[in-house]
Amino acid sequence: MADVQRPDAPDRDTLLRMFEIQSRIKLCDERFRMMLMSGQIQLIYYSPRGQECISAGWGVHLRPDDYVVTIYRGLHDHLAKGVPLRELWAEFLGRATGTCKGKGGPMHITHPASGLMVTTGIVGAGIPIANGFGLAAQLNGTDQVTVVNFGDGASNIGAFHEGMNLAAVWKLPVVFVCQNNLYGEHTPMSMSTGVDYISERAAAYGMPGVTVDGNDPIATWKVMGEAIARARAGGGPTLVEARTYRFFGHLMGDAMEYMPKEERKAAMAADPVVRYRVWLVDNGHASEAQLAEMEEQLTAAIDDAVEFALNSPQPELSELYTDVFGDVAMEGTTR
Amino acid sequence: MSEPRIMLTAMAINEAMDIAMGLDDKVFLLGEDIAEPSGGVYKVTNGLSTKYGAQRVRKTPISEQAIIGAAIGAAIAGFRPVAEIMIMDFLAVCLDQVTNHAAKIRYMSGGQTTVPMVIRTSAGAGRGFGAQHSELLEAFAIHSPGMKVAVPSTPADAKGLLLTAIFDDDPVLFVEQMMMYWDKTYAGDVPEGDVRVPFGKAAIRREGADVTLISYGRQMYDCLAAAELLAVDGVSCEVIDLRTLVPWDEQAVMASVAGTSRAVVVHEAVTRCGFGAELSSRIHEELFGQLSAAVQRVGGANTPVPYASNLEAAFVPQVADIVAAVKRTNS
Repeated sequence: MADVQRPDAPDRDTLLRMFEIQSRIKLCDERFRMMLMSGQIQLIYYSPRGQECISAGWGVHLRPDDYVVTIYRGLHDHLAKGVPLRELWAEFLGRATGTCKGKGGPMHITHPASGLMVTTGIVGAGIPIANGFGLAAQLNGTDQVTVVNFGDGASNIGAFHEGMNLAAVWKLPVVFVCQNNLYGEHTPMSMSTGVDYISERAAAYGMPGVTVDGNDPIATWKVMGEAIARARAGGGPTLVEARTYRFFGHLMGDAMEYMPKEERKAAMAADPVVRYRVWLVDNGHASEAQLAEMEEQLTAAIDDAVEFALNSPQPELSELYTDVFGDVAMEGTTR
Repeated sequence: MSEPRIMLTAMAINEAMDIAMGLDDKVFLLGEDIAEPSGGVYKVTNGLSTKYGAQRVRKTPISEQAIIGAAIGAAIAGFRPVAEIMIMDFLAVCLDQVTNHAAKIRYMSGGQTTVPMVIRTSAGAGRGFGAQHSELLEAFAIHSPGMKVAVPSTPADAKGLLLTAIFDDDPVLFVEQMMMYWDKTYAGDVPEGDVRVPFGKAAIRREGADVTLISYGRQMYDCLAAAELLAVDGVSCEVIDLRTLVPWDEQAVMASVAGTSRAVVVHEAVTRCGFGAELSSRIHEELFGQLSAAVQRVGGANTPVPYASNLEAAFVPQVADIVAAVKRTNS
């Protein structure tokens, strides 16, 4: 029996799609960390673990032709926008079969076919670029929406201010998603930010700002849905602050001395993906067996992607010189 | 043969944008004050917002990062934005967007996304604007693989190179020298219509046998003036106008210097680590055994641009500096 979509609650299919996205992220992250810890792979890795519900919350609202921009901690956003597992894994491992032929790496995942347009390694820099995608949609007269993701730290950089202001002045169809995990690199928000809620800053630009518990999938779904619908209808941008927690520090190998042990323990004990899974079963939205089967399928798909990536070659050395320009050969002028 | 159309540089640039917008509705302009009634602080975009409307000629806040960022996103999404950075020194305010994003996105995405945009900017000393409104910073972009760089010296090139830049699929830094915009000294014949000048093809502005002067932008005229003076002394100078610096016409430069065995490179940008250093280095690498003298560099002083008119004049390379450099190759 198909549920009727209500403005205040997702239907059953949406609930399960959110779980699927969250689990895809969680299982991918677990595999990356396991393979890194065991020395099977080596790469710079920014774990998104703990932030799954946010990407799933906008992911289920977006169409394939909507645009997403994200940052180096972006694996969850890549997966929520539908970047295929094989190409994603291959790119993380620097293989020729990766989304970017192995030339971008985890900090620059790009997959226009999925609408994942830019992943930047520069804090805050995606914000002004997202406006360009919004402007393109506005000039083309389409109703495409752009979602740009960044952290709490990015709200203190100049690009945030310039980008938010321009989006408001031009009423661009952009949703600014601040995934507030309470730390900018190694510094807690309380030591770097003069407001308690990033969403307060929206008022300074003349756009709506809202804070949501980013670990609550339903609340996040609702807030994202409203912001995306507003943008799609021509109502302009919204700043959404989704509060969450980063389970594994800034980057893999981080000793996390700056994160109080008890705080981290409590956050991990309240793992939003695990909690949501229990909630789905307890409320009769899915059976235990159904979710377990979904996880098994995801695990098999990740097995396949890992094998695909590991068996793929590194790019040819000649790739060093390609894609610098569209038409100017670099080899010979580069020494 | 049609009558020559003598135009000022600013008008030629304006005509290029007008033609590009007429040809392709994906071309739009954005920048500070570029729309009517002012039409740009130097009036270079004059009349275009009236003709094409405020959607396609977009006035922005004073937000260089926001301007370049919006251009990048729109370019990836299929547009051909022409962003104006009013003064070249302001590039420093948005350099992250230029070097980390516009320049690198094609490469980082493995060629999946391209950034067909132009950054027009005005530059140069001589107006008493002081250290933060006078510099030539083309080296920023030249040192950022992925950026193309054009520096026109004639109105015809300004138009033709800008048309090429707008329809090129890579990001282009297009350097305009503000001293040339409305000065009749630099006026010239400009062909009508969509006439493009290719990138990477230098122009030989004067043929000569004894020494090659290599330059671009406004300094090309100083090279011609120096060549005139030196001709009186019996020194025959070839003057090469590079027109674009990325890509640059290595073939034309090497062919000329192989013939003359002497070279002087000239630009207004600060000499140290300026493009002249690269030119000089490449000439030495390719032609060391054939050179009669070390390549000489003539450029701006290794200082910020000063305000007082006598100091400012001393900062900018002069014709006499070029003549002196040529004489050094002959001593």
